[in-house]
Amino acid sequence: MKRFFAWGNDLHSGARSIPYVGKAKLWLSIALLLAILSALVPVLGGGFNLGIAFRGGSEFQLANVPAASMTADAATTVNKAVPDADPTVVPTSDSSLKIDTRQLTDDQMQQVRESLISTFKVQNSDVTSTFIGPQWGHDVTNKMIRALVIFVAIAMVVMALYFRTWKMSVAAIVGLVFVMLLTMGIYAITGFEVTPEAIIGFLTVLSFSLYDTVVVFDKIRENTTNFKDNRTATFAELVNLGINQTTVRSINTTVIAALPIGAILFIGVFLLGAGTLTDISLSLFVGTIVAAASTLFVASPLYAVLRSREKAVREQEARVLEYRREHGLPDRAPEHAKA
Amino acid sequence: MAATDSRPRPGLRFIWLTIITALLTAAIAAGALWSNATWAPKLALDLEGGTSIILEPQVKDQQVTKEQLQQAVAIIRQRVDSTGVSEAEINTQGDRNIIVNLPGNPDEQTRELVRSSAQLAFRRVAAVGAPGVEGQDGASSPASTGPSLSKEDQKKLDELTKQDGQTPNAGGSVTPRAQAAAASTGQASPSASASAPQEGQQGTGDDAKRPVFDPEKDQSWATAEILKQYQSLDCTNPKNRTGGAAGPADKPIVACSSDGDAKYVAGPVEISGDHVSDASFGYQTSSTGNQTNEPAVNMEFDPTGTEQFKQITTEITNKQQPYNQFAIVLDGLVLSAPVSQAQINDGHAQITGNFTEQSAQTLASQLKNGALPISFQVQSEEQISPTLGSDYLQKGLLAGAIGLGLVVLYSLLQYRVLGLVTVSSLVVAGVLTYLLLLFVSWRYGYRLSLAGVAGIIVGIGMTADSFIVYFERVRDELREGRRLLSAVEVGWDRAKKTIYASKAVNMLAAVILYVLAVGSVRGFAFTLGLTVIVDVLVVVLFTHPMLQALARTRFFGEGHPMSGMDPRQLGVSQAAYRGALNLDLDAARASSKSGGSYREAKKRQAAADRRSGESAGSTTALKDRGATAAPAEPAERTAAPDERAGAQQPGQKERGKPKKRDRAGGASGAGLSLAERKAQRQAGADDDGLLADDEGKDS
Repeated sequence: MKRFFAWGNDLHSGARSIPYVGKAKLWLSIALLLAILSALVPVLGGGFNLGIAFRGGSEFQLANVPAASMTADAATTVNKAVPDADPTVVPTSDSSLKIDTRQLTDDQMQQVRESLISTFKVQNSDVTSTFIGPQWGHDVTNKMIRALVIFVAIAMVVMALYFRTWKMSVAAIVGLVFVMLLTMGIYAITGFEVTPEAIIGFLTVLSFSLYDTVVVFDKIRENTTNFKDNRTATFAELVNLGINQTTVRSINTTVIAALPIGAILFIGVFLLGAGTLTDISLSLFVGTIVAAASTLFVASPLYAVLRSREKAVREQEARVLEYRREHGLPDRAPEHAKA
Repeated sequence: MAATDSRPRPGLRFIWLTIITALLTAAIAAGALWSNATWAPKLALDLEGGTSIILEPQVKDQQVTKEQLQQAVAIIRQRVDSTGVSEAEINTQGDRNIIVNLPGNPDEQTRELVRSSAQLAFRRVAAVGAPGVEGQDGASSPASTGPSLSKEDQKKLDELTKQDGQTPNAGGSVTPRAQAAAASTGQASPSASASAPQEGQQGTGDDAKRPVFDPEKDQSWATAEILKQYQSLDCTNPKNRTGGAAGPADKPIVACSSDGDAKYVAGPVEISGDHVSDASFGYQTSSTGNQTNEPAVNMEFDPTGTEQFKQITTEITNKQQPYNQFAIVLDGLVLSAPVSQAQINDGHAQITGNFTEQSAQTLASQLKNGALPISFQVQSEEQISPTLGSDYLQKGLLAGAIGLGLVVLYSLLQYRVLGLVTVSSLVVAGVLTYLLLLFVSWRYGYRLSLAGVAGIIVGIGMTADSFIVYFERVRDELREGRRLLSAVEVGWDRAKKTIYASKAVNMLAAVILYVLAVGSVRGFAFTLGLTVIVDVLVVVLFTHPMLQALARTRFFGEGHPMSGMDPRQLGVSQAAYRGALNLDLDAARASSKSGGSYREAKKRQAAADRRSGESAGSTTALKDRGATAAPAEPAERTAAPDERAGAQQPGQKERGKPKKRDRAGGASGAGLSLAERKAQRQAGADDDGLLADDEGKDS
């Protein structure tokens, strides 16, 4: 832990520095590559594994079954009750099953329910059945997309107002889009089911991502407020220092945010099986870590890059380099550089 | 910066927190005593088990109004209540859907009630009577009632109706209001389709002969049970006119008229409401074919309905009252019981009576949609097992506990004793969240869902983050050479901006999700928003004052290695110190908006110079080793707490920046009273030992 402290101190003072901005091109290229891959996977790999909430259909969940390996029995039972039900059976823990079928009528649902109860000798109260109409998924999806667009738009305006520069806003949103793409890509690759709960997790990740970016950007803004008067460090170096100074916070925050989510994920996977908790926590767990990384390696360097073409920034950089030459200083940010 | 004489008063903030907590607790306690508040939040269906049905309106390109939805909700609620299912929740969801949550495992019939929009039926009237409770046999007190139904020009029937209307109640009961009107307006009136009378006959798919029931000849309906029900039914009491179950289709029922003016015994269902293909509001047409100003309701049947209706009207027209009436029964209430004035062959009928425009419109809409102002389709239906729900809740809580435990462990590791502040803040946040949940559960019927639990668990991480942001800021200030007392103030001043901004983004997300999303997403957004509010409250009213108070203790103030705020561990080395000094001077100059504050800074510097001589002795050791822990206070952000302590002595009034580096060590005692400084001098000696250890390891 002492080493971590010392490392944090060095990052803060600038004695040690992670070249977030210095290697901006590298980080941004990696990010771009990952984003393209994530976007391509659903296209090439046949899209997402959508849950019945999006497809429409019927679903049964059984608790207290004797053994989760009885998937074949379940399929047979369902087929016997309703011949063309087309069941997919997934064990969700060691004593529960989930059965998806096509859309059944109410009578058919009841039949399947009763057959399952008699086959597995469970109580009526152990069976959960869900029927989702075909329209529902469309509605849900449309609402989600609308919510997402409005959220991003408002967040952009709010940030532009708060930071008083649209470039921070743009950088933050690009970071956000990166998180979105990557999380979606991970879902497409792993084939985890996309359920409304996963979408909740996804939306939370977006809010967490913005939250994280705001915290880091706030420090960057503080460091660069009076950058024009600074003769010892360039704008890019000041931005980099800001990111470095918040790195320890980012790590601490990510760990603390990811711990409870990891606990849900663990409980979900090992004790509960697929369900609301697991769906939410997977997207959250992946998303939280990606979001923190995106702030550090995408949004912040991008901000420095976006600003680097400004006249004021270029002039200041020239002044700093001039000063360093005159005083024979090495061409890097001095320790404890500050605006 | 705050005015220099405003000393931080953590006590005040604690008091506010206590007041808020006490008020909430008192409100809920009072609610639990005198109202229906509970000490555990109500659970949503996914945790409690039950059936959840989501209905979507079936309209084409038509705007669904809020009123329509509300009306539909009210009607469905009546239906469900009439079955005796308690604690059913029926609400609109978003701007279109209706969600019906039934606890437990409701039977098929109840679920059918919710799903079906057409609870409308046509039945024959067996008996009509005054709405009140009767002492005598209800069946013997028939009274004519209802608007009349008329077809093509049949002037004789017109007169007949008039007669009926004027010779009302044999049983001597109150004459229903509708009656007189029915008499006066019950003229023959060709409906719009009169020109094509025999149309729509083709689809007679129903084998059963209509009417299936003849109350006149078949007196079997008059069972003791029905008669008793009929007698004791009090339709003047609005409670009995809420409707609900439509009653068995193949048996006679006892029902009130929807306006409470009469009560009926109606036979089995003759025509189901499904067969009404259209109904609209219109104006009565006079015998000469001119439109009058009298509102009327036009009704159209589908082929099956047309055939059935033809058979019924054939049978009952010209019968004696009330056997010539049929009751339009909706959800167990008689909407209207028009007298059939003619045989209607084409399935087009017009109901006239003492309608106002509005009542005619309502009836038309009811005929068309059944009970509901618009028809609905089941979008999703979920029967959730209570076993699974409670299992989820248990595991969810377990996950929360494990997560919380890990968070505590990590904060203690990272922040040492300061981690306890995190932990206690989380506890306070937990208590507040719980109280608020109880409150919204009581006042607004909020139910905690699994997604809500997840929102809270995620909230733990985000809440803890505000403490981290704050602590890291304080550490930053320590690293720059500040003493803890002022580092806390300055750190807070900066951290709170960040915290507010980031929490605003979070709140924004929660609000947008809540407003725009549906179903479980809302439950999640709600608890997420709740934790954001609680988080801000706790960090302002608990964490910050807590740190202010702790900063005054020796343990923290002197930077005990276990305090998590040890300047030496935070690398306040000579290099850092030097850097801080340079920059602080820069900062002072740069950010001094007026020359005044810069002059002020210089003045303070001079004061510090003077004072540095006094305490130089205490820091000699540190100075020699080049690892001074001297804070360098930038002039423009001089923290308040130092101010008060040294108020008496001008020399100690404010710590400025020592001009020369080698004197800076003296500043470590700045702002403290003499006694405190003495104490620090001793502690400083102790610390040297520790410092040596640290240095050895670090380098």
